[in-house]
Amino acid sequence: MRLLTHNMLSSNIKGVANRFPLKIEVVKVVEKEVDFNIDFLKNMFHKVEWKALAEASRTMGYTELPETADATMLDSDDFLHKFHHALLELHLEEGALVCPETGRKFPVNKGIPNMLLHEDEV
Amino acid sequence: MWYLCVFYHRLLDYRKPEVESLAELFGAFSKDPTNSADVQTNGSGSNSLEWKLPKHHHPDSPFHFVNLPSEEIARNVANRSILVKGIFELWGEGSSFEELEESIKSYPDDRKLPYLTSDTTFKIAVETFGKVISFEEQNERIRSLSYIPFKGRVNLKNPDHTFWLIETDDYDSNNGLPPIVGRRIFFGREIGTADRKLLPTYQLKSRTYLGPTAMDAEMAFLMANQAQAKSGRLVYDPFVGTGSILVAAAHYGAMTMGADIDIRVVRDGRGPDCNVWSNFKQYGLPMPIALLRADNNLPPWRSGLKEVFDAIICDPPYGVRAGGRKSGGRKLLKGVIGPYTVPDDKRTGHIPSTAPYSLVECVHDLLDLAAKMLVMGGRLVYFYPVLREDESIGTTFPEHPCFKLVATSEQMLSYRYSRVLLTMVKIGPYTEDIALAARIKHLEFKENHLKWLEEGNLHSAVFSPADNHLKEAGDTRISKESKARYRGKYV
Repeated sequence: MRLLTHNMLSSNIKGVANRFPLKIEVVKVVEKEVDFNIDFLKNMFHKVEWKALAEASRTMGYTELPETADATMLDSDDFLHKFHHALLELHLEEGALVCPETGRKFPVNKGIPNMLLHEDEV
Repeated sequence: MWYLCVFYHRLLDYRKPEVESLAELFGAFSKDPTNSADVQTNGSGSNSLEWKLPKHHHPDSPFHFVNLPSEEIARNVANRSILVKGIFELWGEGSSFEELEESIKSYPDDRKLPYLTSDTTFKIAVETFGKVISFEEQNERIRSLSYIPFKGRVNLKNPDHTFWLIETDDYDSNNGLPPIVGRRIFFGREIGTADRKLLPTYQLKSRTYLGPTAMDAEMAFLMANQAQAKSGRLVYDPFVGTGSILVAAAHYGAMTMGADIDIRVVRDGRGPDCNVWSNFKQYGLPMPIALLRADNNLPPWRSGLKEVFDAIICDPPYGVRAGGRKSGGRKLLKGVIGPYTVPDDKRTGHIPSTAPYSLVECVHDLLDLAAKMLVMGGRLVYFYPVLREDESIGTTFPEHPCFKLVATSEQMLSYRYSRVLLTMVKIGPYTEDIALAARIKHLEFKENHLKWLEEGNLHSAVFSPADNHLKEAGDTRISKESKARYRGKYV
């Protein structure tokens, strides 16, 4: 699971108010190289919740992202590469996503987050 | 400028929509043709091209004339398409070789001579429709063109310019099928042709990981073209299965993302080298950005996340080959029992139960998700099943206030049912009112689970014994005959 995915997901358990961002429980992180696509990054920059991304990347052991970011930073090559690395190249291979309110764990195995709810959570 | 557009004689309903979708992708409708991006942002979705037919040709004919703004756009469209045999600058046409000669001679020299100079290489291809001619006859045809002042050298392997002589015949007499072309001879300069070599490369036989409903390569590419997949765009498939649709989108450079309710399919596959990931690796394509297990009925996307996908492409489970599933047990949805409370010590390994998912509800959820999460001008491309006994074809497709339906392409799957590829463009914002209406509908589906399941039961309609079926609807024959007899799964 890449951090882009993490940035898009929430805990959709019935009755939960505080759904996002999911905490990351790391068992195994891998890095996978992805082709650098500047259009895609610029497109995604405006859709990403920056604070959640920066925090998640720190949990995964990557500390290069600034606390805050604005669109002017997209002109910097250095920034774009860091953004690219955090968004697309860090993978949570094994671990879990944890609901910020209830602590319910959504397991991540072989890089696939399992977001299906139990019967009593629907 | 008008071009001659010759199609492969396949999947007839898919031909024009493909060209129109690609024309838009390559900027045919944008005010500034170098910037195809503003098509996406204006989001009007009402872009269609002007088409004409040759004299005495039926709309199902492979020969059409299409008006495109530039040769560059025409070339891009043809080269990316799957069903365009060729787009040509027409130099002449006629019902006889004499008429053809006259027509070519009267075509302006300044359009012809630049392609005939001595420093260029060329080739002439002879093509026929509805008849077969021998190699000698082909050479004879080529020699008869001596009135065109070719100065260049012939190069059959890699010519600068390719010219096509295309001949059709009246073929009403030869096989009893309704005539779709009249006798006509065309001569033109090739602008571009489809790259059908993609299809053997991506054919399902060579795919490592397959499921029962894997989309065949040709259809997957047509879907990716309807979705205008390209580099920098994000494409999502909520019923990803083995990833057969996303493979085509990834081939065109799009970033892909897929979800499925069946964790075995997305996570495990059939082993470390036979899973969704390996299907991408096999072709050297970039891996999907994400694969996840999620329920289309209860999508896990965060609420602030909107308009993130450029296209959603899918083949929803409509219960004929494979049935859909959603969260919640059968008994739970029937209201027989309350929700099962999972004991705390068993929560980690618990496998939640799922229940059948009716087509109506599935499509409702899909449209709601697409309305919320597609960018303006983004496209929702999906298959919708249609019982061919229904007289109402064309009027019963799903509608949504955020969407405009821009293309419907039917593929007949059996005597009884077809699937129709729908292309919808997002033209309106997802408002609070629409969100509220969707939530109310969602609850209604939940409360009347059984009713919807029965009404949407396509499986029994398709597989029930034929006799009863014919008796029920006495006039079925008429509706079936309304499609020409040559139409079928591949035509």
